[in-house]
Amino acid sequence: MTALRRPVVLFAALMIGQVLLVSAQVQSKSGVRVLELVTFEMFSRVERATSAVVHGVTDVWSNYAALRGARDENQRLRQQVGGLQIQLQEQRSLASRSERLQALLDLKTSADVPTLAADVIAGNPNPGVRTITIDRGTADGVMADMGVIAPAGLVGRVIGPVARHAARVQLIIDRNAAAGAITERSRAGGMILGSEEYPPLKMDLVPNLADVKNGDQVVSSGVDGIYPKGFTIGAVEKVERRGGLYLTIAVRPAVDFGSLEEVLVVMVPPRPAQHDEDIK
Amino acid sequence: MRTVVLALGVAAALALQATLSGMMIGHTLAVNLVVVAVVYAGLAFGAVTGALAGTVGGLAQDALAGGIVGIGGLSKTLIGFVVGVLGAQFIMSGVVARFLMFAAATVVHAVVFEALSAVADGRMFALRWSSVGLQAAVNATIGVMVFWIVEQGPEVLARRRARRAAFSKRRF
Repeated sequence: MTALRRPVVLFAALMIGQVLLVSAQVQSKSGVRVLELVTFEMFSRVERATSAVVHGVTDVWSNYAALRGARDENQRLRQQVGGLQIQLQEQRSLASRSERLQALLDLKTSADVPTLAADVIAGNPNPGVRTITIDRGTADGVMADMGVIAPAGLVGRVIGPVARHAARVQLIIDRNAAAGAITERSRAGGMILGSEEYPPLKMDLVPNLADVKNGDQVVSSGVDGIYPKGFTIGAVEKVERRGGLYLTIAVRPAVDFGSLEEVLVVMVPPRPAQHDEDIK
Repeated sequence: MRTVVLALGVAAALALQATLSGMMIGHTLAVNLVVVAVVYAGLAFGAVTGALAGTVGGLAQDALAGGIVGIGGLSKTLIGFVVGVLGAQFIMSGVVARFLMFAAATVVHAVVFEALSAVADGRMFALRWSSVGLQAAVNATIGVMVFWIVEQGPEVLARRRARRAAFSKRRF
């Protein structure tokens, strides 16, 4: 009986402890959690190391193992083809990286706002939460609520706590993300929200009478105080006029979040969001 | 020794999960390696170890994820403990039994996690059953493979070594 009671008591203690932990956070949401900050600071280094190891192994695997299938070929030809393939892959990889960096540089030059280039070093360990980790932190001047962009358009915003050499970025497609937006053609204003559905963006609070059509470009309006004005968010994919006050608009994001490797952090501290009266 | 191995296992699962997520940004990653590690701990070492692994892995995952710390901890502690208790009550040495246990634990974890998030974060309960089903299948496959490697791996290596030794004796 005692043998059975001990695990149950331990289990109950663990559960109660964690319920108290969750309750405390729900009541005081605004404060930065020390546990979170310390764990993130420490783990960002581990993430950087594992990311490097996994990418190294993946590169070795794709360069070497892909060639193992050609064993039956003549050895001389195989070596020659293998060498050429490796060179070709290296060149392609270099060209692709150059293109991406060129696009990033073009954006950096053309954007009116000061920016800082950053590499994506990890994703989120919790499936369903769409955040990434970048290799820039407080040591580089990065602060919470700074906007993050890519050549294709808006990526997301930095969320706290920010470590010395790493920061977490909430992607615009995360279900808790939002940004002020307008359509480029008709200037219909609303709010872009992340969604679990496909396409993963919705535009909300657009009046039912507004002129919005499929294919309209949606850009940031700047009213939220986080994202700079005029950056592409995506294109309208579906507009539905239902009975309510607002349109139901599905937006396809401009950024391909699946191949995000480098981003720019907008180095402008966030300002308070504008209200309707201010805009008028 | 077991504690060290378990801690390393959970940490490795967490690091690998974060790295895999980083390689699949924008898509829903259909695996939760921390859940696999917790269920493995529960099945292999019992309810107490399962619950402790769930607490440590869940809290670390929560802290890294940036949401409310404790929701993942609670859900993983629960599945670690329940899997440990069920593992002690029933015979769990078969592949099918283990597969079902990993899959069921993944589904229960997803439901509890989403429900707790909805309550604590004040948002809608929006679970995508297709994603959960896929994650359950992938987690269960990985879990069964881990069991096979841990149980059969040393034996296979020893057999191969013995065969090599016998071959070299015959030649020389």
